[in-house]
Amino acid sequence: MTDKFDAIVVGAGHNGLVCSALLAKAGKSVLVLEANEQVGGAAVTREFTEGYSVSACAHLLYQLQPEVRKELKLATRLASEDMTTIALGDDGKHVRLRTDSVDGVSDEDAEQYRSFRKRMTRFSNLLRRYFNKTPPRLGTSDFKDLMALAQLGLDVRMLGKAEMEALLRLIFMNIHDEVTERFENPLLKGAISLDAVLGTHLGPRSPNTILTYLYRLAGDNGRTGVPAGGMGSVSNDLARAARTAGATIRTGMPVKRIIIENGRAAGVETESGERFDSLMVISNADPKTTVMKLIGAKHAETGFARRISHLRAKGNAAKLHLALDGLPTIEGLSKKDFGERIVIAPDEHYVERAFNPAKYGESSPNPVIEITFPSFRDETLAPTGKHVMSAVVQYAPYGLKGGWNEEAKANFMKAILSTLAKYMPDLEQRITASELMTPADIESEFHMTGGHWHHAELTLDQFLFVRPVNGAEQYQLPIDGVYLCGAGAHPGGGVSGAAGRNAARAILNREKAA
Amino acid sequence: MTIAQGPVREPVHQGPLKTPFYPRVEKLDIVNQWHEWKGYSSPDSLYCEDQEYFAIRNGTGVFDLSPMTKYRITGPDALDYLNRLVTRDMAKVRPGRVAYAVWCDDQGQVIDDGTIFHLRKGEYRLCCQERHFAWFQSSTIGFDVSVVHETEDVCGLAVQGPTSYSVLKTMGVEGLEELKPFGLIHVDFQGTELMVSRTGFTADLGYEIWIDPDKALNLWDALFAAGEDYKIRAIGTHALELARIEAGYLAPYTEFLPCDETVRTGRSRSPLELGLGWMVDFNKPNFNGRRALAEEQRNGSTWQLVKLDIEGNKPAHASYIFPTNKGKGSIGFVTSAAWSPVCKQNIALGTVKAPHGKPGDTVWVEVYYQREMHWNREMAKAIVVDKPFWFPPRRGATPPGIY
Repeated sequence: MTDKFDAIVVGAGHNGLVCSALLAKAGKSVLVLEANEQVGGAAVTREFTEGYSVSACAHLLYQLQPEVRKELKLATRLASEDMTTIALGDDGKHVRLRTDSVDGVSDEDAEQYRSFRKRMTRFSNLLRRYFNKTPPRLGTSDFKDLMALAQLGLDVRMLGKAEMEALLRLIFMNIHDEVTERFENPLLKGAISLDAVLGTHLGPRSPNTILTYLYRLAGDNGRTGVPAGGMGSVSNDLARAARTAGATIRTGMPVKRIIIENGRAAGVETESGERFDSLMVISNADPKTTVMKLIGAKHAETGFARRISHLRAKGNAAKLHLALDGLPTIEGLSKKDFGERIVIAPDEHYVERAFNPAKYGESSPNPVIEITFPSFRDETLAPTGKHVMSAVVQYAPYGLKGGWNEEAKANFMKAILSTLAKYMPDLEQRITASELMTPADIESEFHMTGGHWHHAELTLDQFLFVRPVNGAEQYQLPIDGVYLCGAGAHPGGGVSGAAGRNAARAILNREKAA
Repeated sequence: MTIAQGPVREPVHQGPLKTPFYPRVEKLDIVNQWHEWKGYSSPDSLYCEDQEYFAIRNGTGVFDLSPMTKYRITGPDALDYLNRLVTRDMAKVRPGRVAYAVWCDDQGQVIDDGTIFHLRKGEYRLCCQERHFAWFQSSTIGFDVSVVHETEDVCGLAVQGPTSYSVLKTMGVEGLEELKPFGLIHVDFQGTELMVSRTGFTADLGYEIWIDPDKALNLWDALFAAGEDYKIRAIGTHALELARIEAGYLAPYTEFLPCDETVRTGRSRSPLELGLGWMVDFNKPNFNGRRALAEEQRNGSTWQLVKLDIEGNKPAHASYIFPTNKGKGSIGFVTSAAWSPVCKQNIALGTVKAPHGKPGDTVWVEVYYQREMHWNREMAKAIVVDKPFWFPPRRGATPPGIY
């Protein structure tokens, strides 16, 4: 016996939920199948040791689109918002970065920072306009595509001559050159470099890291927040919106394959052998998993299968969770600073050096770290008086030489703790439990190829109208009835909901046009 | 001081490669005109183009096609793999049969054409003029199939012409009586397996015979001994080219460019534009180019390949094609042209903008020719024909006639 739906969404990641909620609101019967027991994909809150909960993968909210909030009437409460980034100095002299100002640096640096952010904001605002749009296709003579490309050209031109030139120069450049040109303070240079490379397989000297920096700002000008109850509460709100709109969400239902019959989508089959019919299957899974595993490359054409198989998606960010019996001591920080975002990236060279071994399949002996103490402003996450530390640690290459066995993990853990100890001498004695998730763990828990946040590296050759690859840039794959709605599609990763919303809109528009 | 002794290396071959038949071909060669074909030396002509051509039509012409690119395709998914690769339905090609096939990229543009030999159940050999290993290898993604480049492991001769059947029979090949066009058999030749297929590039009675390179010279000698009374001749590319045009067959880089070699849009061709629509099987759920070709079928093609029967006797080499004799508003151009001795016709293949070029249409070609240094220009009337210029009943007769 099978059930028939207007659309089946594979994966209840935040994008899958946004997409299904919008389709259900438009009157579609939607079934969402999620492999894990919880909805949310990589935006989940879960207990990692008894009594201590944490956002298991993504831990900061900085991109959730106002359009998504509005259309789905989300009322997610934030425990922290517009957090300051504190770049730790080992002498207790820290640098504090906010969206348009910086403290703890020379006047020249402060002035440079203002002008740097002003320019970056201008560019990221331009990028944001395309965040929430289906990108045009290249090389077609379709009127809509041509108009959209012309609009893009016009938008770039409207920046004015000087700023247009600056954009065209910077967009291909690396963040290292830009920060060394502008700033002298090493902590400031390190912190900006870190922001540009978080979640990527790129170092500050890698070309394209201005783009990744702009991408980070494009969501909400780089303002970071933490939802009350962790990232899972955003996903739960989205699931609620989807259910209210009429979507059916079933968890613990891993999809084994997308059924292709007569060259088009016919439904899905779950690992447990259940079959659900639908002429439209929307995959929240990453493009590689979708095409190579769920569909099977033989159902695609050679050129497309080859492009998908060549997608670069090797994660390099590990996630560290610590249960603490109290906050650690950090010289030069007041208590309320523990509610902010803290980074260890003492200078731009340090970040690049951390990346060096990753190129050759080794983890960083001196990693860069982004730290939050979510329990500081959200007591639901840890027992009273105790705390949780959630950190993103780079670099931990997915393709580690010899693989991520227990020994490799223990070695990396040692490197992290000794790095942390320089700034938090009493940290180690406060740890009561810990969890380290390497990209390999992230891949297996959240089913994303390479454990990559963005499902596919966020570089110019996999961006905008070539994301994830040409032939799939408008959410529809070149296999009738199959769509992408996850981070692998335009615009990319981060808890923004943009890909899910764009996919839903593209699907509905296509139906309207047909 | 001692100099470290490195491993002894095989000397790297310099210059064009020689096929296993080279020692025999070279002996017959008088004019010494050669060209390069995928790294090998291949003769333009050996002694006289015209006589070589007439060997194909009146006796037996033997052409060394060893440089032909060959791939061995095997594995559990070999059939599925080929069915996704080429436009026609390979399930219909049984073991012991050969299929002419064309393969496209995702945009439905032709990469190349060739023949696929279903040697034994699930075991195929694909032959084509150009090299396509990267594309064939990429196409294996998701399939349990092996693609091996075996150009150097198999050598072959085209044995073409009315007496070819008699020659091979005299040489001792058994079972030829039953062999229909596009069939293949394996026979014994001096203890080695010889594959004989009733295929060719001449639209005449003819065979292609394939063997291990070690036995190449024995095969040549046996063949020519058997052919002594049947006007057997070794031939070069020019004679074959003329026979090819008479047959109306396509040549890559002439009638179409492999689409991966084109830079400008609109310079590649789809199978529909090359008159190969009969080979595009839309009943198959997926093959490379299916979506694009279905769209082209709905919206109409841009180009149309034409066979032209032209008045006069001056070959219309590289001529522009016009709708009227005014010579204004070119609609296409000639890609191959020749005076056909056997048809006594001035023939050409060309490409014109659709909807021009329907069978029976009249078009005009602008023929240039030189006479005592001076150039003449003539507008010649041409009729679009749909049948090959040369397609004699003896080509298909089974058992073949004794000539």
